[in-house]
Amino acid sequence: MSRKISMKQAINEALDLEMSRDPTVILMGEDIVGGTGAPGEKDAWGGVLGVTKGLYGKHGDRLMDTPLSESAYIGAAIGAATCGLRPVAELMFIDFMGVCFDQIFNQAAKFRYMFGGKAETPVVIRGMVGAGFRAAAQHSQMLTPIFTHVPGLKVVCPSNAYDAKGLLIQSIRDNDPVIFCEHKALYGFEMDVPRESYAIPFGEANVLRDGDDVTLVSYGLTVHRAMAAAEILAQEKIEAEVIDLRTLSPIDRDTIIDSVERTGRLVVIDEAHPRCNIATDISAHVCQHAFGALKAGVQMVTAPHTPVPFSPVLEDLYIPSAEAIAAAARRTMGITAADQTVAA
Amino acid sequence: MLDNPFPLNKTDLLKAYRTMRTIREFEERLHVDFAKGDIPGFVHLYAGEEACATGIMMHLNDNDRIASTHRGHGHCIAKGVDVHEMMAEIYGRATGACRGKGGSMHIADLSKGMMGANGILGAGGPLACGAALAAKHRKDGGVGITFVGDGASNQGMFLESLNLAAVWNLPVVFVVENNGYAEATAMEWAVSCDSYIDRATGFGLPGVTVDGTDFFAVHEAAGEIIRRAREGGGPALLECKMARFYGHFEGDAQTYRAKGEIEDLRANRDCIKLMAARLKEAGLAAQEELDVIDQEVAALIEDAVRAAKAAPLPQPADLLQDVYVAY
Repeated sequence: MSRKISMKQAINEALDLEMSRDPTVILMGEDIVGGTGAPGEKDAWGGVLGVTKGLYGKHGDRLMDTPLSESAYIGAAIGAATCGLRPVAELMFIDFMGVCFDQIFNQAAKFRYMFGGKAETPVVIRGMVGAGFRAAAQHSQMLTPIFTHVPGLKVVCPSNAYDAKGLLIQSIRDNDPVIFCEHKALYGFEMDVPRESYAIPFGEANVLRDGDDVTLVSYGLTVHRAMAAAEILAQEKIEAEVIDLRTLSPIDRDTIIDSVERTGRLVVIDEAHPRCNIATDISAHVCQHAFGALKAGVQMVTAPHTPVPFSPVLEDLYIPSAEAIAAAARRTMGITAADQTVAA
Repeated sequence: MLDNPFPLNKTDLLKAYRTMRTIREFEERLHVDFAKGDIPGFVHLYAGEEACATGIMMHLNDNDRIASTHRGHGHCIAKGVDVHEMMAEIYGRATGACRGKGGSMHIADLSKGMMGANGILGAGGPLACGAALAAKHRKDGGVGITFVGDGASNQGMFLESLNLAAVWNLPVVFVVENNGYAEATAMEWAVSCDSYIDRATGFGLPGVTVDGTDFFAVHEAAGEIIRRAREGGGPALLECKMARFYGHFEGDAQTYRAKGEIEDLRANRDCIKLMAARLKEAGLAAQEELDVIDQEVAALIEDAVRAAKAAPLPQPADLLQDVYVAY
């Protein structure tokens, strides 16, 4: 049975279900309970945006508030993971990776390989990604390509509540370290989500819309921009196929190649900065493995090579828009702005 | 025969002596073989510091976890990692402790509670906190121990983990192996406080300083701190003042050290010589007994080197193996 819940509620539900199922699952992070040691209520916050609210009441001390000390507690989560626990550590804003990245990329990511396959590090690091919150340069970044670059890490970035629940359950059960990226602008986005537990396998993209003219590939918030672009294009008799990657490492390249072999045109949309990002990665792969199928050069629509600006008027320009995606799709069709003026 | 003045019986004392001799022989042999060009990569030797690893590890079992450093061979041996597997690892062989994927700086054996030597200085602090957290969660009485040098004792990761351990009351022990040098930089210059006890106190946990070349002092201090942690008394810091016989890494000309410094350390602060003298003085071991151990250890290391050199190399397909459990 399903009902409409937000992505924030879906994440809460996934954590609750897994904590109930598996006593080795523990949660830690800054104010994930909120109010520890303070004179007022405990469970005052349930996370800075309330994602873990109410879990303390059900699972008690398996939720641990931490000092404001990411290096120590992210590292402790990783150490505990090698010793039989399945910690889910909240990094709050993914931007804070800067103060604890050693534990993520030099420790967790490398243990298995570096120790000859004898270590398992089943840790999940949840963090908010993405712009649109007027949160400025240090609380708004995507940064997914940095994690995707590192062998040993898995990287997940859901675009909706259904996927968030299933992918987080899979992340907790997974035996490798997972960076779970939650786009903060999607927390309030509601959809039908089953009450029961389910896991969505990694490396399986979701084709959200079928189309034969052009393939639009994205993840996270910009999936919704791509869907809006597809609606714009449909009015122009251009049918776009929209692929939601869901996981960036592993990445479902087969679904992309299959689609491009049919459409011959590819637009990759990425909220990350333009250099060495998910869009360039996919573009390179398609050029290497499906060049003959391409009828036009691959187009990329990304954030600019700038920090995220604060002023709303600038931030709105920063995030790839539906119109920019539609324009890129038109370019793959050989339709120029001049053509459109004539048509109008 | 005099009464045994030590809190260990003769069997355990000779076991400790054997462990220290094994570390020394292992390191001295690496020093020679590295100079011959037999060993690839970076090697950081623990020679001179054996009493610290041995005195601490005598209190631990396989259920207790240690997070080591780049200078980790001594920790590995004292924690029970197989010497043949270690040597094969350092030689980059498929039979190594990490199948040749880790090398000297990353030897690990989780089945022995050895969470890995670590090339990132100070990284073991948070990891040992995690091991202690897992032990606390399981209520199995396990402890986490992390080692840092005086150099890494300035790392944010390490200092943050002192605070976290105190706040969460974790069964974790932070061992500062103070050998006076962070690579080539003097501890007196680079560490801003006069005493590690003060530094521990600043984070709300007890600190103890011992002569790290005195096996008996290390053993006694570590025993008290580890017992306290096991019983829920919380974390502590143990500083061991050490004597590093070799350079930061093999190939280090050590021109930053004082003239005669190393000769003096070897003559007067050699933890193995000091221990042997105490054992003989107490009438607990004759030189002949120690000689037998020395010969057995030499044969063990010789065999480990022979086996490592004869062991198969990793295969090309191994390059891509074990990045993930499943991908």
